[in-house]
Amino acid sequence: MPRSISSFSKRDAQMLAGVGLSSICMAALIFGRLTPLHGRLGFAVTAFVLFVVTYAVMSSFTESRPAVIDRVMTVLLTAAAAVALVALGSVIFFTFKRGWTALRHLNFYTEDLRVTGPEQPLTSGGVLHAIVGTLIMTAISLVLTVPLAVTCAVFLTESKSRAVNAVRTIVTAMTALPSIVAGLFIFATWVLVLGFPRSGLAASISISIMMLPIIIRSADVVLRLVPGSLREAAAALGAPRWRTVWHVVLPTARSGLTTSVILGVARGIGETAPVLLTSGYATSLNLDPTNNPMASLPVTAFKLVSSPEPNQIARGFGAASVLMVMVLVLFTIARVLGGRPAGRQSTRQARRAAAQSLADLARIEPESVPEAPQLGERAGRLPAILQRK
Amino acid sequence: MTEQGVTSVTDQGPTIRIDEPRAGDAPSETTAVDGHVVFDVRDLSVYYGPFRAVRDANLHIRQHEITAFIGPSGCGKTTVLRCFNRMNDFIETARVEGTINYHGVDLYDPQVNSTEVRRRIGMVFQKPNPFPKSIYDNVAYGPRLAGMKKKAELDDVVEKSLRGAALWDEVKDRLKNSGLGLSGGQQQRLCIARAIAVDPEVILMDEPCSALDPIATARIEDLMQEIKSKFTIVIVTHNMQQAARVSDRTAFFTTEVNPESDRRTGVLVEYDLTKKIFSNPGDERTEQYVTGRFG
Ligand SMILES: Nc1ncnc2c1ncn2[C@@H]1O[C@H](COP(=O)(O)OP(=O)(O)OP(=O)(O)O)[C@@H](O)[C@H]1O
Ligand SMILES: [Mg+2]
Repeated sequence: MPRSISSFSKRDAQMLAGVGLSSICMAALIFGRLTPLHGRLGFAVTAFVLFVVTYAVMSSFTESRPAVIDRVMTVLLTAAAAVALVALGSVIFFTFKRGWTALRHLNFYTEDLRVTGPEQPLTSGGVLHAIVGTLIMTAISLVLTVPLAVTCAVFLTESKSRAVNAVRTIVTAMTALPSIVAGLFIFATWVLVLGFPRSGLAASISISIMMLPIIIRSADVVLRLVPGSLREAAAALGAPRWRTVWHVVLPTARSGLTTSVILGVARGIGETAPVLLTSGYATSLNLDPTNNPMASLPVTAFKLVSSPEPNQIARGFGAASVLMVMVLVLFTIARVLGGRPAGRQSTRQARRAAAQSLADLARIEPESVPEAPQLGERAGRLPAILQRK
Repeated sequence: MTEQGVTSVTDQGPTIRIDEPRAGDAPSETTAVDGHVVFDVRDLSVYYGPFRAVRDANLHIRQHEITAFIGPSGCGKTTVLRCFNRMNDFIETARVEGTINYHGVDLYDPQVNSTEVRRRIGMVFQKPNPFPKSIYDNVAYGPRLAGMKKKAELDDVVEKSLRGAALWDEVKDRLKNSGLGLSGGQQQRLCIARAIAVDPEVILMDEPCSALDPIATARIEDLMQEIKSKFTIVIVTHNMQQAARVSDRTAFFTTEVNPESDRRTGVLVEYDLTKKIFSNPGDERTEQYVTGRFG
């Protein structure tokens, strides 16, 4: 009997349930009675192995060999995905759970820690200084890295120079740079040699060093994916090289470039060690990135969690939770702004495009616009026509 | 249609000849009324690295004519075509020997601005390649490059070009929609509109109909007949009927095994009026190819 690959029949469900039950019972038997083993992890692993074996044997009674392999592989892959998801979910859940007592209070988002001591209740003090610090540092890093990284990626993809390979190798090597080294490097040059104070700016520069290679590498790949036929098309119209890049290559790759920037931010926003080295930790809100220590969320989380006080620990986990939410929000914004692949429109964009098209048509060839009376005043909208679709 | 194409060049007024055709260039040319020579190709050889893809091609391409390049795959039609607007500059290994005079100016002279060359000599590619922009922006791209900014002027060019490419009526109410949302045939006509929007002198077409159905092909062929009074067209095609239908002159290329390197090199076998190539070719290989016994 042919087995549908995508659907999941009632018989499949019954079989899975039966096999699951029997493997748990067998595992219980082995663990409780037959062997002196104990421990929950061992139990789960044994039960899973038994499940897979029983499932394979049971399937082989009714199914052909490829179908059995298919089923076993489905179980293994689903289990692998589940393990990964559970691991991720539990990290997030654990963080929020531990931070919840702090997160509950509004003052956690509106106050800093300048007057709040470790023992004081959670109704006082918050991580505003760290939230603002992270936002400022991320913003500065973005301003520093995005133009540089995109320029470098354009160089890597467009240039025929022999330096390309060398640059690409260096960039690849940089992705493996330990962040503490980046921090030390900026500390040694910017602070010790050049004599600038430890500050949010110094931290941003060291974060930028971490972000640059990641953005460059992925932007390089993304720009490479822009079809050569588009470059040729632009060239055939008499576009100089740089205009082809500016008007055709970059817009076409826009959504992919957004993803590369997101990857870079994801790397930079969680950096702790370089920030600690180049900016230091502060308990009060500091809006000036050029002077005085500026706290960031990861540094704050690190500092607070290392305290023995339960309230500080809750604040630390709260800071980590805020960091996760912030990353999520930033990514959502980036996705919305970075948009879909070039040339594909959302429903809203399509509707706007349709309206603009009619406006264009009205401008270029007024007599051919259907339902002409509305033309004079509302050429831009023409709702009656849009409803036809 | 073809006859009319050959004689239509008479209304060009006094033709200025930049290069006198050399004796033995193509025997039957004396019987036709010759137009102004746009491209004078002499001893053109193209190399990709050490590999010689085309050897010693000689031909004249005349104004307001449609010239077809035919020949088996790999014989260098695309290679020669891409020399005409210096598209081969983008291939690092490509090297050109011999001369291509464009209105008497050597295209490969170091002082020639290759960007300007490409602006004057447009190209339509084998696969439709509209930009992932709106239909309007696709057509307006070239004029904007050239510095046209006024909305009214752009509107005018967009409309004229789309009409010229027989696409206007199909897209006029969705100019701001993405060019990628069109069918393949429409996309190809959009690319033609984009090419004629910059008002080039020559349009090079590399198998423009190979991805199209017969109806779209017929439209593009009609279009070529319509616009050839304004442009000079060179078209590469694998479709012999198409070459016979649309072109005034035909160049037949084939490959020869290279004695030095054992690789196949493209050679121009015969270049003549299309009528002659298809009815009374001067070379045996041409006859075999056009009658379908070879290639
Ligand atoms: N970029 C390149 N690098 C190296 N060799 C190339 C390149 N482009 C083409 N060639 C070689 O040059 C020769 C001619 O190629 P060309 O594309 O001009 O053929 P064609 O006549 O257009 O063929 P088709 O009808 O299949 O399009 C072929 O042998 C091809 O392998
Ligand atoms: Mg070709």
